Amino acid sequence: MNIKELPEIEYIIPGTGACAGCPSTIGLRLVGKALGENAICLLTPSCAVASMGMTPKTCYSFPALNICFASAGASGGAISMALDPLYSKKRLEGEKPVVFAWVGDGGTYDIGFQGLSAAAERNDDFIFFCYNNEAYSNTGNQRSGATPQYVPTTTSPLGKEMLQKNVPLLMLEHRPPYVATASLAYPLDLYRKVEKAKSIKGFRYIEIHMPCCTSWKFPAAETIEVSRLAIRTGSWLLWEAENGKLSLNGVTAALAEGKRKPLPVEEYLKAQGRYAWLLKSPDKDYYIGNIENNIRRELEFMAGRAKL
Amino acid sequence: MTKVFDSGNVACALAVKDVGVDFVAAYPITPQTSVVEKIASYIAEGEMDAKYLPVESEHSALSAVAAASAVGARVFTATSSQGLLYMHEILHYAAGGRLPIVMANVNRAINMPWCLYVDHQDAVSQRDTGWIQLFAASNQEIYDSVILAYKVAEEVQIPVMVNYDGFLVSHSSMPFETLEQDKIREFLPALNPPWRLHPQWGGTFGNVTPSEEYVPYRYALTEDIKKAGDVIVRCSKEYERLTGRWHGGHFETYRPEGAEYFLFSMGSMGKEMEIAVDLLREQGIAAAGLRLRIFSPFPEEELAALLPTGAKLLVFDRNLVYGSAGGALLQLAKAALFNRRDSLQVIGISLGLGGEDLPASVLVAKAREMMEVCK
Ligand SMILES: Cc1ncc(C[n+]2csc(CCOP(=O)(O)OP(=O)(O)O)c2C)c(N)n1
Ligand SMILES: [Mg+2]
Repeated sequence: MNIKELPEIEYIIPGTGACAGCPSTIGLRLVGKALGENAICLLTPSCAVASMGMTPKTCYSFPALNICFASAGASGGAISMALDPLYSKKRLEGEKPVVFAWVGDGGTYDIGFQGLSAAAERNDDFIFFCYNNEAYSNTGNQRSGATPQYVPTTTSPLGKEMLQKNVPLLMLEHRPPYVATASLAYPLDLYRKVEKAKSIKGFRYIEIHMPCCTSWKFPAAETIEVSRLAIRTGSWLLWEAENGKLSLNGVTAALAEGKRKPLPVEEYLKAQGRYAWLLKSPDKDYYIGNIENNIRRELEFMAGRAKL
Repeated sequence: MTKVFDSGNVACALAVKDVGVDFVAAYPITPQTSVVEKIASYIAEGEMDAKYLPVESEHSALSAVAAASAVGARVFTATSSQGLLYMHEILHYAAGGRLPIVMANVNRAINMPWCLYVDHQDAVSQRDTGWIQLFAASNQEIYDSVILAYKVAEEVQIPVMVNYDGFLVSHSSMPFETLEQDKIREFLPALNPPWRLHPQWGGTFGNVTPSEEYVPYRYALTEDIKKAGDVIVRCSKEYERLTGRWHGGHFETYRPEGAEYFLFSMGSMGKEMEIAVDLLREQGIAAAGLRLRIFSPFPEEELAALLPTGAKLLVFDRNLVYGSAGGALLQLAKAALFNRRDSLQVIGISLGLGGEDLPASVLVAKAREMMEVCK
């Protein structure tokens, strides 16, 4: 399959309130093509909601509910579960829709983590998408648990001290039937993973890396290019796991097997304004050394996990 | 109709089963726990055709039932005290979303310090969340109020909280009667909401909204809550015609004939007050009981209309409005009577906090103290 053969259905109505180059919009467009028209979406306060524009406008053609910030985990499973008696009691007819949540890293890593963890542990029947732009973007770029080390945000003005957490791995260890990571630069890999998730019952988690031109400070036309650099430098890893069996995908697998050498991480950093201070710093080599060590460690760790 | 001798929590669970709820999500907390345990067992044993989501918190419980309600399911949850406080954000969300959720709140004191026993601080502190709040005082009234709550919630599209006192009512066994399925169906037809979160209906909900749209939306909610008081009374009368059971309209009055002093309270205290009224009447004092059944919307006009000339309203609050003389009922009653019945005397105290025992003898003594002040 090539990208031109993807279904024509469009989830995004032209004229959204999103920034030019918005990765969430690109991602939802692809996800919609894989999920089809019979789907119900939950959103939490985020860019994906701000993108709708003001009531009565919307930019989505699927039914969506903007729930509270920490609510996606509980509400997703609830919708799917509550639909069952409605269909069995014949109050609704036809095929039950797919239920999915489209949640930012703030709603996933931080405020929504408890509800998300509980939904995964209960194996609630819906797909949880985390679109990870590594910050609270719609509120003006504050730090989140997904913000990488050294990145300055309005609430970590000197650069964040801590590393981001590995939430996809944490979700994997909740032992749900399907967990995957994806990138906008590899749309067919993303499409395949969403189709796969759609065919599985129970809790499914897909996290998509979402370089955000506004918060990360790069030109709007480069969203895909920055996404690709993240993969090629090993800064974002592509993998999927069915019933706990993990496999690395595409470029990430090649990097882990040593078939391909990661690009120098500086290529990725210098594409983004948020690292400008670091690249100008007299301690630049120290910082880059730490970042590269972490990339190596994560890659080794996930490659080891894939052997289990 | 079956006669049952069991606790208030079982009366609540039976009503939830009998109305045909589709979806339940809840988190346990004393003294609510046996309600949700009972419902979980009805579902597990196939006595109830519904789904139960064992969530990890009350914030999640209400997030779950709100979303399930949005897709068109009849939903239920129950909580108490800290759990109700933990739901605060979603209480507003559910009312703003006009979701016909029914929730039982088993009234319990709130921390600090921790206390497991009854008072009404939990419910009273959630007054301005846009929920209708009923207070039931017996196991029969709990059973009937849950059925009534669905009828009202689904008609006015506003969530309803059914409150009853922790332990005193939730854990006391009393005789009560259930209702046959055909009568319940007659009173409460299957839920058919005007919109659903579903591809067959479409639409996105909860977008960011400009003031011009937000303002009329908010006013509609407060206007509809105000009107809900009459809807509750009308539905209670309809229920009475069907079942012969009547617990009162906005209020339940006790011995109002020729009364001068009206002893105003809510919850189980209002039942104990009947004994206190009898004792006062024996002492030659023209006392009456006035038990509030609808805390929100507070029946302002009805209170003003009910009290005779020269009446004295003695308010017994099982909650505190911190830094003021009494509790929420005192404030609400004063606001209701101001400019309507300015000549009436209104006086009140807070008592019975954290489960402090309130036998009729105490109520009589407190009433007499207030009567002294009135003179
Ligand atoms: C309970 C609560 N706290 C805070 C907020 C304010 N808020 C709205 S969106 C947001 C950040 C969202 O970040 P993320 O989930 O990463 O989405 P993004 O904006 O990056 O798309 C915050 C803090 C809120 N809506 N609710
Ligand atoms: Mg974000």
